Amino acid sequence: MLLRHTKKEVADRKALTINPAKTCQPIGAMYAALGINGCLPHSHGSQGCCAYHRSSLTRHYKEPVMAGTSSFTEGASVFGGQANLVQAINNIFTIYNPEIIAVHTTCLSETIGDDLPQIISKAEEDGKVPEGKKIIYASTPSYVGSHITGFSNMVEGIVKGFAKPGIKISDLYNVIPGWVEPSDMAEIKRIMSVMKINSIMFPDTSGVMNAPQTGKHEFFPKGGTSSQDLSKTGSAAHTFALGSWASKGAANLLSKTAQVPFSVCDIPIGLKATDRFLMELARISGNEISSELEFERGQVADIITDMHQYLYGKKVALWGDPDQLIPLTEFLTDLDMVPAHIVTGTPGKAFEKRIMEICSEKGITPNVKCGAQADMYLMHQWILNEPVDLLIGNTYGKYMSRDMNIPFVRHGFPIYDRIGHSYFPTVGYRGAMRLLELMLSAIMNKLDREAPEEGFELVM
Amino acid sequence: MSNNKKITTEEVKEEILAKYPPKVARKRDKSFVINEPGSGQEIQANIRTVPGIITQRGCTYAGCKGVVLGPTRDIVNITHGPIGCGFYSWLTRRNQTLPEKESDENYMAYCFSTDMQDENIVFGGEKKLREAIQEAYDLFHPKAIAIFSTCPVGLIGDDVHAVSREMKEKFGDCNVFGFSCEGYRGVSQSAGHHIANNQIFKHVVGTDDTIKTTKKFRINLLGEYNIGGDAFELERIFERLGVELVATYSGNSTIDSFANSHTADLNLVMCHRSINYMAEMMQTKYGIPWMKVNFIGAKATAKSLRKMALYFEDPALSAEVEKLITEELPLVEKEVAEIKKRTAGKTAMLFVGGSRAHHYQELFKELDMRIIAAGYEFAHRDDYEGRDVLPNVKVDADSRNIEELKVEKDSSRYKERASEKKLEELKKSNPEFQNYIGMMPEMESGTLVIDDISHYESEILIKKYQPDIFCAGIKEKYAIQKSGVPLKQLHSYDYGGPYAGFKGAVNFYKEIDRMVNTKIWSLIAPPWKKDPEIDAQYISA
Repeated sequence: MLLRHTKKEVADRKALTINPAKTCQPIGAMYAALGINGCLPHSHGSQGCCAYHRSSLTRHYKEPVMAGTSSFTEGASVFGGQANLVQAINNIFTIYNPEIIAVHTTCLSETIGDDLPQIISKAEEDGKVPEGKKIIYASTPSYVGSHITGFSNMVEGIVKGFAKPGIKISDLYNVIPGWVEPSDMAEIKRIMSVMKINSIMFPDTSGVMNAPQTGKHEFFPKGGTSSQDLSKTGSAAHTFALGSWASKGAANLLSKTAQVPFSVCDIPIGLKATDRFLMELARISGNEISSELEFERGQVADIITDMHQYLYGKKVALWGDPDQLIPLTEFLTDLDMVPAHIVTGTPGKAFEKRIMEICSEKGITPNVKCGAQADMYLMHQWILNEPVDLLIGNTYGKYMSRDMNIPFVRHGFPIYDRIGHSYFPTVGYRGAMRLLELMLSAIMNKLDREAPEEGFELVM
Repeated sequence: MSNNKKITTEEVKEEILAKYPPKVARKRDKSFVINEPGSGQEIQANIRTVPGIITQRGCTYAGCKGVVLGPTRDIVNITHGPIGCGFYSWLTRRNQTLPEKESDENYMAYCFSTDMQDENIVFGGEKKLREAIQEAYDLFHPKAIAIFSTCPVGLIGDDVHAVSREMKEKFGDCNVFGFSCEGYRGVSQSAGHHIANNQIFKHVVGTDDTIKTTKKFRINLLGEYNIGGDAFELERIFERLGVELVATYSGNSTIDSFANSHTADLNLVMCHRSINYMAEMMQTKYGIPWMKVNFIGAKATAKSLRKMALYFEDPALSAEVEKLITEELPLVEKEVAEIKKRTAGKTAMLFVGGSRAHHYQELFKELDMRIIAAGYEFAHRDDYEGRDVLPNVKVDADSRNIEELKVEKDSSRYKERASEKKLEELKKSNPEFQNYIGMMPEMESGTLVIDDISHYESEILIKKYQPDIFCAGIKEKYAIQKSGVPLKQLHSYDYGGPYAGFKGAVNFYKEIDRMVNTKIWSLIAPPWKKDPEIDAQYISA
């Protein structure tokens, strides 16, 4: 047993986190910045932060993740990181020539109180920022919130850097997708286009974090939201923000700075969240929901009704990020599955409330916790006390899956040991079909593996 | 693959430096050597990375918690800091470990953190740390708890050592000790290795004097981290030779083996960079001599085993070593003879680590491949030029930050293993007895040696030389491969291995054969973009 030391009896912990269900802010800022065309993320702190974030994102996407670091040593930590950042800016523009540098802080630069706007204006005054180039920034202290907070903060940084109040373009819409896969971002763009809605998505990592092999490394891949598009976001008629945790902050800022009204939708994972998203798109744009999407919805409903017997009553433990877990939990309840244990390390009391609302409609009372000590150790303990039939979460679930022989669907971040997530979406109706395929395959593979010879079924 | 136009290394260097701002060019110039063995060349190493250059390097915490202490299975390693550092170092270095019994302590799959919040940064984190240690103790009753400091801890002044002492006294049956390995402490992971060596030496080594076996030859293997099972292959070899491996630092290790490791009679040093401090301190305090070895490469393995036998001056052991080599080496040579028909003349570049860029050249040489360029990520001058340069290495402010332990002879535990005379003789017959000769003397004239290579520099090297294979880490992997050149990860082995010892060598030959001879790279270009005449011929044929 790889997790042999987990105690079944749940004792209250106040200080120790074991097997976290979150990571720190700066990696989210780095991922968001990768979704801007021609942008180089920059980590203002010691080298390890940047190395860890690049490694982690690289293992997940199997793509180059380029980013700079201020390479703090003890001197910079005592005297402040201004000299390092100004030098880094000069070097980056000279050597790598990005259109934009997106600087985020770390716990180190936050603790010593480095003032990014001041340092960046110093770099501008010193002539280190070439004509037409831009630096955007976000404050991302690792000791507040989680990777999702960092993502959200950098998306706000994008708004701060680009959005200006402008004459409204009545048929232009913004979409803020939240921390989802590049495949999901592409699928949301496809939905917008099928709905005949002219939209700007930001950030957009499709074509960046799932770029093709061409034999030539594009340091700045073709994908990502262009700065021309970003500067138009203030003129949009409306913003669709997907997920309260990752996207609401930027939508709110955009409405304050450029008077763009917004709606916050759940990330369209599963049937009902996608239904609501499409109805909101139709309501705001005035366009009808396309028959193409209705056809896809029918396919989802078909799979559900065809395969209900394998899903019905199955207990599920799931962990990840709140914006994903909420619609995912809802989808499970729609399938007559039972979300039994749910954790996210990302704080926010609204999470537990939403989950309980969704579950109580079906008379389910799950174990749910978010924030401090809402970790995978606790989840493991819950499962030891009340076993489940399926695990849904990031790669770290493979240890529980192996020890307890529980089917496992990888979803969320990070996925270090399988491919697929960056190419095949789990949002929209097409994504719902993929989720169903993944869950059914996991559950049915176990049935096949463990069926007695006389009960081994050809047709299922 | 090679370009038709003859390019000189001087031109490549010039082109690379030309793009840098003048100050950066001057600095990088000194870390960029066109190798001329025997000419006394200096390389600049172990100095601050240029900000913004896109470096391979990580931090002190990574070197301490991730590299040196990561592989020990029965210490509860608590990261004191915000959640990220603990999260990213959670199982990602794939150190394999094999407890003897299912009931043995093994915390490898667990990640422990104090997950510091803003109030801990403002009001101090010692209280939370104390509570976290207590909770870990109450839950698991481990033999040992280690505390690893992250950047903010040093800045806000939390005293992890005082808290550790206090808790150790309180528990009575659990060794608690701390590491001041904040990420900013040094210029790379290297500082973290040193800090890890110091604290393990101070708090663990020498705390258990029992001699647990009756085997005649008792050694420690230092600087072997069991990536991909390397240590398992070496354990197999020593087992066959009847040599007791008291402790491995730190692949497949336990804290008890460290506690007992001062009873060994010889230290074999694999990764000189990360562990030479331990070898030296153990020699001073306990009288254990050390020698540099290399178990990467079949011939290198045979050579290292012979050197070990020579030290023990025991005919029976020498006979065992020869017997093992006679049995195992021919099998390896048979494999390589077949494979090198396909690898001979191909070219490689290695930019990795603090020893691997050197050690792995052995395996490429066995495949008759040519090394065009190599460099370390976090090594010091002695790893390039040999330890003879140590007296001439300037100690800068960044290195002075790292504590140098004052070590003296332990009056009761010091034992002379070999006479002064014998040590002198061994030094004469074996240039790597208590010495490391470094990478540069073993590289060909005219090859490139580059310390702390930047992404931009590696891009130019790829463009100019089109090597058949490039060796580095995960951050470099896909950028290089997107350029059409296969990259072999030499930190994680791309989840393969083992590559050490005799069996490992064969694994590596096969892997490199696969990588440099596959035709998958020809699939990249769509057929309609290839030479239209060839397509036309194919269709008409």
